[in-house]
Amino acid sequence: MEGLSENKLVWRNKWGVDILKLEIGRIYIKDIQLGNETTVKNGILTVDKEGLITKLKEDERIKDVKIDVARPGEKVRIIPVKDVIEPRVKVSGGVNGFPGVTAKQAQCGDGVTHVLYGAAVVTVGDIVGFQEGVIDMWGEGARWTPFSKTFNLTVDINVVEGLTPHVHEETVRVAGLRAAEFVGTAGKDIKPDEVLAYEMGSIFEESAKYPNLPKVIYAEMMITQGLLHDTYIYGVNAQNILPALLHVNEELDGAVVSGNCVAACDKITTYQHQNNSVINDLYAQHGKEINFLGCIMVPEHTTLGGKLRASEYTLKLAKMLGADAVVISEEGYGNPDSDLLMICKKCEKAGIKTVLITDECAGRDGMSQPLADTAQEAVAVVSGGNVSHVVTLPPADKVIGNPEAIAVLAGGWKGALLEDGTLMCELNAVIGSTSEIGFHNVTCRLY
Amino acid sequence: MSEKFKVLYYVNQFFGQVGGEDKAGMAPLFCPEKVGPAAGFEGLLKGAGEVVGTVICGDNYFNENKERSLEFILNVIKEQAPQVVVAGPAFNAGRYGMACAELAKAVVDELKIPVVTGMYVENPGVDICKEKAIVIRTSDSAGGMRKALPTMAAIALKLGKGIELGSPEEEGYIPRGMRKTLFVEKRGSQRAVEMLIARLKGEPFQTEMPMPVFDQVNPAPAIKELGKATIALCTSGGIVPKGNPDGIQSASAQKWGKYDVSTREALSAPDFYTTHGGYDPVYANEIPDRVAPLDILKEFEKEGLIGKVYQWFYTTTGTGTAVSKAKEFGTQIGAELKAAEVDGVILTST
Repeated sequence: MEGLSENKLVWRNKWGVDILKLEIGRIYIKDIQLGNETTVKNGILTVDKEGLITKLKEDERIKDVKIDVARPGEKVRIIPVKDVIEPRVKVSGGVNGFPGVTAKQAQCGDGVTHVLYGAAVVTVGDIVGFQEGVIDMWGEGARWTPFSKTFNLTVDINVVEGLTPHVHEETVRVAGLRAAEFVGTAGKDIKPDEVLAYEMGSIFEESAKYPNLPKVIYAEMMITQGLLHDTYIYGVNAQNILPALLHVNEELDGAVVSGNCVAACDKITTYQHQNNSVINDLYAQHGKEINFLGCIMVPEHTTLGGKLRASEYTLKLAKMLGADAVVISEEGYGNPDSDLLMICKKCEKAGIKTVLITDECAGRDGMSQPLADTAQEAVAVVSGGNVSHVVTLPPADKVIGNPEAIAVLAGGWKGALLEDGTLMCELNAVIGSTSEIGFHNVTCRLY
Repeated sequence: MSEKFKVLYYVNQFFGQVGGEDKAGMAPLFCPEKVGPAAGFEGLLKGAGEVVGTVICGDNYFNENKERSLEFILNVIKEQAPQVVVAGPAFNAGRYGMACAELAKAVVDELKIPVVTGMYVENPGVDICKEKAIVIRTSDSAGGMRKALPTMAAIALKLGKGIELGSPEEEGYIPRGMRKTLFVEKRGSQRAVEMLIARLKGEPFQTEMPMPVFDQVNPAPAIKELGKATIALCTSGGIVPKGNPDGIQSASAQKWGKYDVSTREALSAPDFYTTHGGYDPVYANEIPDRVAPLDILKEFEKEGLIGKVYQWFYTTTGTGTAVSKAKEFGTQIGAELKAAEVDGVILTST
């Protein structure tokens, strides 16, 4: 990033100021304690438990809130998990919170944001019943989820009776975001341990600066298939959008929020949007091997017409930007496999090289074909692993939430919870295990 | 020192030192000695295993009398009770390869004993058995024997001791087609960016997922007299009777269910709901017929548009269900419908 900043000075004179300049200050969190104030001291995050509960219960739809802490290495299981959110605070530029959802509209991706790095808010509680997941903080289960490495503040939300599932989902979604916001404020006046700079000029500016580097875009597919399967950009339900171009900084700064109740293994949690690994890894190569132009947010529709429209529109945006290559990531499996391959085929035919990231439904024995669709153009594919791979998770000393939930979760089954507390399930049920934005280090090999 | 594991060896008439093409018609026989490649094989097992005998069979005899041959050989194997069966290597010999492959498949399926064999990659036997047995990659002629045997023995040693096999590249076998989930050092996004840069530079790169090849299914001929036809209703939308009595999974289904709907006019709530974990269940739970339209079919029946709605309604969950499972379900359900002389099926998905 440093070399990039020096070059920037030269071009700033000629072209004017950056479009967006984001500084992310990481405050390393080494533990979470519950107490009477919300502060960070020497890396220990203390959370005002009653204050947080009071804050969340301002929403009349919430009946009860249970707050707890799960630390890496503890024999603790969290189930059923809806979302994971990174606690942050806006120090300058923009507004605090999630614009369009918990805060008024503002530009994301600009200014200074402090992150309680190593901490996460985890929302717990049945919503649909099938579509939440499990996090084990120790042992075998910990290997399969990236959220065993974070200090997790669990927020178990009980809603008042009579809410429809859709209102229930919204209530829990917003409560998780508010909790993260509440906790994040502890980092406001703390000096970060590490500062990351994200600066990017206009497409013309960057292309003039790196005329010989291949122009790359990131097409991020999002599940937007109806209530309970939605993703929100600045609070807009992406179900109703045409593929939208985002500056590479925006998602990293709270523009995108998960509203998804889908299989836990490959849903993109809000935390993963805030720390999108494809964006980060492409950013690291910007100005070196590639010229990273931007992110196209692609809705996944249920109808053929929707799939054709979204894939064509994505191609058009890529062409307008003069892209040489595109990384396409999927969310979910089954019918979105078709969207993924449609975009791939169209781009490859137009001379735009693709790399895809997906996961596999290869059956419990791994002997089945992995995708619901196929395309000979898909020659460069990264696999996040087989969603039906079965894991056996030993009994926990403590369960936050409801262990019985595994009987109905996607990836679980009746009898999956053994009498001694051992849990057998498919990776389907483990949050973030087969991430299709490449957030985790699981894959499949041909054996 | 634990007891040695037992290996039974299978060869054809040529490698069994009986004779060439003129002896290809010989019926199988069991020989308690180590014949042909079996002779050197035991030494390669490093004292951990012993070869308890050799089955020799003519290639023509096996292929012309498959069932009789298999019956004899499986009986020998049951009597000898080896922990591992070794067959071949067959190199590019088609009939020998087919014999090794059919034997391997039968031993694994019926006796649950692991089998190692070896073939040239184009041998027609490879596709018959590679999912069941471990088929090591050999050259196309018997000149490769010296190289093939140690590879087969190393695998037999692991199978005999119950040690998990490494990757096809490490162990030298032809991939079985299994997608094995494992950890790697770099996260997926990093691997994607590196793959992208390699592609852009024109450098070699390796996809992590070769694209699947799909079956093509020809549509059935049209029903000529719909007014006399029996029509069944079948869904992958997870509609089940209240309580999900058969415990059909919410994703990655391992089973299907069938329920008598002969006395019903519709799949109404709350008697039915969905157990499908891949879509918003709210509207399906309000009116399950939205997913599996029994109500309309019954109307059609009353109007005489169709002859009859079949008594049983078939259901499973489509989301995340492996194609191999779906094939299995389809074959089973299809057989039932055919036996019941159902003329057509309405299949709904979500």
